[in-house]
Amino acid sequence: MAAVQETVDRVKSVDVDAYKYGFVSDIESEKAPKGLNEDIVRFISAKKNEPVWLTEWRLEAYRLWLTMREPDWARVSYPRINYQDLYYYSAPKNSPGPKNLDEVDPELLRTYEKLGIPLREQEILAGVQERRVAVDAVFDSVSVATTFKAELAKAGVIFCPISEAVHSHPELVKKYLGSVVPVSDNYYATLNSAVFSDGSFVYIPPGVRCPMELSTYFRINEQNTGQFERTLIIADKGSYVSYLEGCTAPKRDENQLHAAVVELIALDDAEIKYSTVQNWYPGDSEGKGGIYNFVTKRGDCFGARSKISWTQVETGSAITWKYPSCILRGDNSRGEFYSIAISNGRQQVDSGTKMIHLGKNTTSRIISKGISAGRSNNTYRGQVLAQKRASNARNFTNCDSLLIGETCGAHTIPYIEAKNASAVFEHEATTSKISEDQLFYCMQRGLSAEEATALIVNGFVRDVLQQLPMEFAVEAQKLISISLEGSVG
Amino acid sequence: MIEIRNLHAEIDGKKIINGLSLIVKDGEVAAIMGPNGSGKSTLSYVISGRVGYEVTGGEILLNGESILEMNAAERASKGVFLAFQYPLEIPGVTTMTFLKACLNAQRKSRGEAELTTPDFIKRVKTGADKLGVPQEMLRRALNVGFSGGEKKRMEVLQMSLLEPTFAILDETDSGLDIDALRIVSEGVNALRDPKRSFLVITHYQRLLDYIVPDTVHVMSKGQIVKTGGKDLALELEANGYRDYVGEAA
Ligand SMILES: Nc1ncnc2c1ncn2[C@@H]1O[C@H](COP(=O)(O)OP(=O)(O)OP(=O)(O)O)[C@@H](O)[C@H]1O
Ligand SMILES: [Mg+2]
Repeated sequence: MAAVQETVDRVKSVDVDAYKYGFVSDIESEKAPKGLNEDIVRFISAKKNEPVWLTEWRLEAYRLWLTMREPDWARVSYPRINYQDLYYYSAPKNSPGPKNLDEVDPELLRTYEKLGIPLREQEILAGVQERRVAVDAVFDSVSVATTFKAELAKAGVIFCPISEAVHSHPELVKKYLGSVVPVSDNYYATLNSAVFSDGSFVYIPPGVRCPMELSTYFRINEQNTGQFERTLIIADKGSYVSYLEGCTAPKRDENQLHAAVVELIALDDAEIKYSTVQNWYPGDSEGKGGIYNFVTKRGDCFGARSKISWTQVETGSAITWKYPSCILRGDNSRGEFYSIAISNGRQQVDSGTKMIHLGKNTTSRIISKGISAGRSNNTYRGQVLAQKRASNARNFTNCDSLLIGETCGAHTIPYIEAKNASAVFEHEATTSKISEDQLFYCMQRGLSAEEATALIVNGFVRDVLQQLPMEFAVEAQKLISISLEGSVG
Repeated sequence: MIEIRNLHAEIDGKKIINGLSLIVKDGEVAAIMGPNGSGKSTLSYVISGRVGYEVTGGEILLNGESILEMNAAERASKGVFLAFQYPLEIPGVTTMTFLKACLNAQRKSRGEAELTTPDFIKRVKTGADKLGVPQEMLRRALNVGFSGGEKKRMEVLQMSLLEPTFAILDETDSGLDIDALRIVSEGVNALRDPKRSFLVITHYQRLLDYIVPDTVHVMSKGQIVKTGGKDLALELEANGYRDYVGEAA
């Protein structure tokens, strides 16, 4: 309840076009020359001092990418991206890599402070935050700080920038990088494989329950710079980890490209819970600026009885193209996808999931809540597939859309295929509107139009919000009402 | 006290309220009866400030102050309450959450402190017990899957929590079983207060046996065509509206 009130207070204090995280930090950066070619790929690899195999891996991806075409099947439209007009590498100067917070540029620390991301462990311990969360902060192309590393190491958990893991744990990186999202997977994933700069690496050893939430916080600051981060999470047998991802970017008139790849691997009896609150700059109400978010996220329930659960709250970005998926390879494995996707202004969202049932007795659950307002378009695209061997595969899909106003659109595109006769797939879908009647009813009880809308929307997304870790749920709730600013009236 | 002077109102260009005048004094319980479609619900919407109900003439004063320029939320905070003929469902929002949000929104706009959670829960429980609303219902999404009678009880529970100065009950008796009718009426009677006035819309004398009105108005074609004491309701029950509805034409 306090959260509802806070939601309401926040709504009141924000202007229609105000994106709270839209400030630009004045931090000197080091960039690779504009454009993309083999030399740039080599430059990035050399910057990170990478082993030869990885340089070759990148080059192979780059050569493959040259032969591919940008996908056009999503229900989004945007001017062609000139890939030669982007910077592919940008790092804050004087930050050769995260060592000690005292060596980190104070302006950077202030940036994260402003964003509400605590990077100083003492402050966290001093009770600034109730629950401790270890944070990896990625600024443009590089990781600038990772907290609680020592404490995590005691439990045997590895949590570090992937650029560091390449050196400290080459066997793990080599084994799993590209094992879930192959280099050839899709246009953006292939591009990412060629030029990825940094991201987080997580390994949870067998039988370990990760002692705290892990989280990565992404920030794009530089202009005309693509962000291509790469996250790799491996949960070994019988382990558990909950991982949170947050992101913001400054307000800029130009569109910015974000093409990340996230790979999750769960071995026997392991469980990975991956939550995202995506709040990239959405562009202004006329559709100027904003992030193009073309992201490939996939989890491999590799082991028997393993479980991967994706929860996402998508409020930002000008364009979202994103389908966090699960490959249910291990027998009795389980995949879950909980999503809240909100679009307002001129935002375009094409998002959903894929549940690929390969093993026996595999189950999956999809709960998707799309909310469209303004002149936005919001599409759910989901695939549920049972292969021949997947006897007794089960899926339950519930896909609800809520429309606010007359000028937005909601679309549901399910692809369902069972190659095994014992599969049972259930699909429910609804589309509704916040009715004048409901609004009046709430207002008659004393709620303002904004408060009423926030309350009704919060009710609509309740099932999904309950899946988020507590702090994130409160944050997400606030975000939802802020995203819907200006949608009533 | 509410004072309505020569009110004209329309919806989608259709005139529904045609020069209606009505006064309900502090502490008074007024009943409105009238044929289907005579504009009773419309009047309740116009008073409570529903968007789309355009006032084209006349005045509505609440305790001497015009409320026509206020939106529905502002009027609610001033003490206007409407128990809906057809209460709305709010999926995913528990009744508790809804009640607390409304109560605190009103308190805030009146410059009063918000209720603490224990304080709030105590009030809701007491109110719910009186109206025979089970605790379990308070944890369910508001009105979702509630029976017709349960929805009506919930309206009265909301009224008792929000403590309005002027309450309109639009056919609150319809859908109630015999016991519920008595319980709900007792709930309303308990709220009768020298400082609070009621406008009770109903089709049946039966309700007025429990909630005994001070005045009875007959509405037809968007006007009050007859005003009398509680006996007028008995007369209508016996003879129907035919003696009155002609007068407005
Ligand atoms: N949006 C609208 N557009 C046109 N006419 C409307 C609209 N809403 C209501 N009306 C009409 O206004 C008239 C009054 O309706 P109202 O619901 O106020 O009647 P009522 O007295 O409450 O009737 P009942 O006893 O059946 O509840 C009816 O003829 C109705 O059809
Ligand atoms: Mg009516």
